[in-house]
Amino acid sequence: MNIPLNIDWQQILLHLFNFVLLAGGLYLLLYRPVKDFMKKREDHYAQMAQEAEKDRQEARQMVQDYKEKLADIDQEIAGRKQAAQKELDQLREQELAQTKKQADTILAQAHAATQQEHDAMLAKASKELTGLVVTAAERIALKSQGDPYEQFLDLVEREAPDGQQQEEN
Amino acid sequence: MKRKRAFLVVWLGLAAVLLIASFLTMPSGPEEESVQEMMRDAVLHESNQISLFGVCTVNPGLVSGFVVTAVLLVAAALIRIFAIPRFKYVPGKLQLLLEQAVGMFDGLAKSNSPWRNGFLGSYVFAAGAYIFFGTLFELFGLQAITTTGRSITLPAPLSDINAAIMLGVLSYGVIFSGAIAGNGVRGIGKALKEVSLLISMSFRLFGALLSGLLVTELVYYYISLSFVLPVIVAVLFTLLHALIQSYVLTMLVALFYGEMSEPPAPKPAKQRDKAA
Repeated sequence: MNIPLNIDWQQILLHLFNFVLLAGGLYLLLYRPVKDFMKKREDHYAQMAQEAEKDRQEARQMVQDYKEKLADIDQEIAGRKQAAQKELDQLREQELAQTKKQADTILAQAHAATQQEHDAMLAKASKELTGLVVTAAERIALKSQGDPYEQFLDLVEREAPDGQQQEEN
Repeated sequence: MKRKRAFLVVWLGLAAVLLIASFLTMPSGPEEESVQEMMRDAVLHESNQISLFGVCTVNPGLVSGFVVTAVLLVAAALIRIFAIPRFKYVPGKLQLLLEQAVGMFDGLAKSNSPWRNGFLGSYVFAAGAYIFFGTLFELFGLQAITTTGRSITLPAPLSDINAAIMLGVLSYGVIFSGAIAGNGVRGIGKALKEVSLLISMSFRLFGALLSGLLVTELVYYYISLSFVLPVIVAVLFTLLHALIQSYVLTMLVALFYGEMSEPPAPKPAKQRDKAA
């Protein structure tokens, strides 16, 4: 059959064979390997991005954890501070009570000592006063009795028993 | 500076030798083939045929096709053996070029056909490479001997109508297969509605490539036009042709494939209830 424009079925088929050969060869030798490599690189970078995202997520989680821990620690510190303050107050009260007790004791002792000293001084003063009064009275009596020499002798006589006793000892 | 001067001297000397040689080899008598015959033969290939290994006679475009395929396959094999195993995550120049080419056709397939684009990507890659390098092939001016003993320059493979028909029909076949894969039996009807693609794609390619061939043949037919002018007519036009035709065919195939393989949208709930 004569087809216009010199169209030839045999040559069309030969062209088809040629193109199929080329298409298959290019697919196997060039298209697929290059595409595979591009896919591999894409996967590599996707994995890197995924890992980076994972790391970022972990970092965020760590920050969150640390914040929570810090909050817990703050709370714990506040609790401990409160407990310590309480303990301190208790100790202070105890110390205060003890000190007050000691002060009371010291005060009582001081009072007692003062009283004792006061009594002793009072007794001494009373005694001295009595002695002075007696001496003064004696003087007054002697003054009213006459000669000082006589009075001296009387006085010596009165005091003699004490002197004899001293000589005997 | 010395190297530049030496290069300039060699280059100009070579150009002068070629110019003199072209004048010396100029045929003295009348042209063996008239311009009408030459143009007619460029379209129909009735007289200038080449023997294919002594088995049959074929158009020169088929021989060009075989040469282009062989060169591309050898280049692909060399790249596969020597370049691809040395690919790095940060690409070099060759790697970037290859990735760009593969990525471009893969992206074209994916953007135009979100469904079943694996095969489409590899098909448009092969078709694009064949059209691009096949069109550039005519720039090399490889010579072949016809059955009549005349020497001719091998043309672009797709300037042969048989090659253009093959690629047009095959592209339609790919679109057809996409329609069936996406929509089953309904896809056949959908694809048959666009049967004009068979002719439009085949003859668009043939017409575009043939026009380039005819202009080039015309320019080279006259010796006076064979200097300087071919730089613009042959080289620049061929480069543009190669890019445009590769883009047009691959884009059309991807576009129609995507349209045909699109699965039918599910019916809204109300309609389904009514149908029930």
